[in-house]
Amino acid sequence: MIIGGIDIITLISMLMVASTPVLLAATGELVAEKSGVLNLGVEGMMITGAVAGFATAVSTGSPVLGFVGGALAGAAMAMLFAILTQVFLSNQTATGLALTLFGLGLSALIGKPFEGVRPPATGKVPFGPLSDIPVLGRILFSHDWVVYLSLLLVAVTWAFLKFTRAGLILRAVGENHDAAHALGYRVIAVRCAALAFGGALAGLGGAYLSLIRVPQWTEGMTAGAGWIALAIVVFASWRPERALIGAYLFGGITALQLQLQAAGYAIPVHLLSMAPYVLTIVVLVLLSVVHRRGVQAAPAALGRSFHAAS
Amino acid sequence: MIRLVKRPMPSKFWSWTTPLVAVIATMIAGGLLFAILGKNPVEAIRVIFWDPLFGPNADYFRSQLLVKAAPLILIACGLAVGFRAGIWNIGAEGQYIIGAIFGASLALAVYPAESWFLFPAMVVLGAIGGLLWGLIPALLKVVFGTSEILVSLMLVYVAQNLLAYMAFGPLKNPEGYGFPGSRNLQGYPSAFNDELMAGTGVHWGVLAALGAVVAIYVLMQRHIAGFRIRVAGEAPRAARYAGVVPARLIVFCLCLSGALAGMAGLFEVSGPSGQITDSFNVGYGYTAIIVAFLGRLHPVGILLAGLLMALTYIGGDMAQLMLGLPSAAIQVFQGMLLFFLLGFDLLTNYRIRIGGARA
Repeated sequence: MIIGGIDIITLISMLMVASTPVLLAATGELVAEKSGVLNLGVEGMMITGAVAGFATAVSTGSPVLGFVGGALAGAAMAMLFAILTQVFLSNQTATGLALTLFGLGLSALIGKPFEGVRPPATGKVPFGPLSDIPVLGRILFSHDWVVYLSLLLVAVTWAFLKFTRAGLILRAVGENHDAAHALGYRVIAVRCAALAFGGALAGLGGAYLSLIRVPQWTEGMTAGAGWIALAIVVFASWRPERALIGAYLFGGITALQLQLQAAGYAIPVHLLSMAPYVLTIVVLVLLSVVHRRGVQAAPAALGRSFHAAS
Repeated sequence: MIRLVKRPMPSKFWSWTTPLVAVIATMIAGGLLFAILGKNPVEAIRVIFWDPLFGPNADYFRSQLLVKAAPLILIACGLAVGFRAGIWNIGAEGQYIIGAIFGASLALAVYPAESWFLFPAMVVLGAIGGLLWGLIPALLKVVFGTSEILVSLMLVYVAQNLLAYMAFGPLKNPEGYGFPGSRNLQGYPSAFNDELMAGTGVHWGVLAALGAVVAIYVLMQRHIAGFRIRVAGEAPRAARYAGVVPARLIVFCLCLSGALAGMAGLFEVSGPSGQITDSFNVGYGYTAIIVAFLGRLHPVGILLAGLLMALTYIGGDMAQLMLGLPSAAIQVFQGMLLFFLLGFDLLTNYRIRIGGARA
């Protein structure tokens, strides 16, 4: 199926791969924000995950260990943020920015020896005859395991927040930390756990970029993906299932833009590369228009420090 | 048992002491980092912080210090005003790029005409470019309530791509043998932002940075607008009763910081850098965020913090040359500085009580 020189099936199949890093990061950030913490350091955690995952995979030869390494590195960065904002009660906006600046520097430092190296390849999941189904097979059953893991994580996050008691506590902490504290819930501990989860997913998303999506390590390779993940959380009105839509929409534009470049349209490459960022802004604006009339979707305690007065 | 008790008022003493404590802590942690990288930490710290100021060839490095500090101070002064009001412009890098494109485009369009008013016109255009780029997140925030943080940051990537497009396309040097990048403005006397006194490093951008420090000081400390900005940041509801219009404040802060960042970009592209290339920007817009916080969002503090950050850039280059320290190590160093600063700020806002006595 080819329209205007672009193969639609390839496009949709590419879309799933292009969306996975931001989908992972956005899902993680969503959980952190649901607990009432605004971590603007997603970009920093992602790029640290990207370099740590890459380094681990190259030195062990195992992509799976690479992903574990990336997730751990992302979580470690998130813990740094947690210590500063939850224990030292620093300003969350400023600390998030610091995390991003620090992560960009740290990753460049760690990544220097790995430039130009090829990571071990991650194979596609063998679905056997399923992947031979026309159209659907190429779209749904031709990916690596992380793509399916990301979808599973979205589903698990959705179910966790909606149906479990722990999810309810997490949301309570994010809506009103003083009330949650009065009920005996440990606000700081819940938030640290949520942040660690967010960091791990951001790290995983970063590792996906460097190990599968690109696949190689270059300095600053996340190129704003972490910030786009933050925008997707807003777009999703803090709901995991909508984050999926947001991430795939973004991935679709990225894939389309790459396909247009490949199809040889006479649009300058650099103007095409702007598309995902411009689209993110447009979507944020459209969404704000919708929200003006509707309910306030953000967790009520988002971005506020908690300090138990007594 | 260690407990934290919130101070009724932030401590003045700690507010100015924490940056110093943070710098010392960063030197220690940075020393550890350099030791891990297999360098002698004491030597590395000396090369970064001492040699550029007092070592051999210090005259040259001192002039470079001004060249690097000027854009940082200029941008940070604008950012600090917004940060005070709780308006987070983190897209200064983009405004810097657009300012440079605007100003340089004028020079490239009229090349090789010579006139004394070309350079002032470029500066004005640079400021307008940055201002317009800052106006986008401001208007979107005022009209639609969109987060200025995300929009201003997204616009950095848009600006970056626009810069690359310009360098490879419309602004490419027609006599450049097909290489990307514009004509070098250093070879165009009317447009060249040259040193005003040879060997000092002082160009128009340095004077503008000093002017910005004074102007922002007057604005924030001596003018009603500055008072309103501070109230808006510290007590938004009280500010409304005091007649502050949030929309106007948002537009003002983002336009001011955008214009200053745009000017900084123009001074850089017409002077030290000389050319529009796809990588002429080196992240001053981000480092300026650190400068603003390290300077306590106060113009005098920013002046000192800007010089210190410029020193880490120059010292970092030296350490790279002499000790083979990776250039990214300096970025880590700057990031750590901000972490320590934010962490130690606890002392400004809270008292630490040891013992179980009830407050």
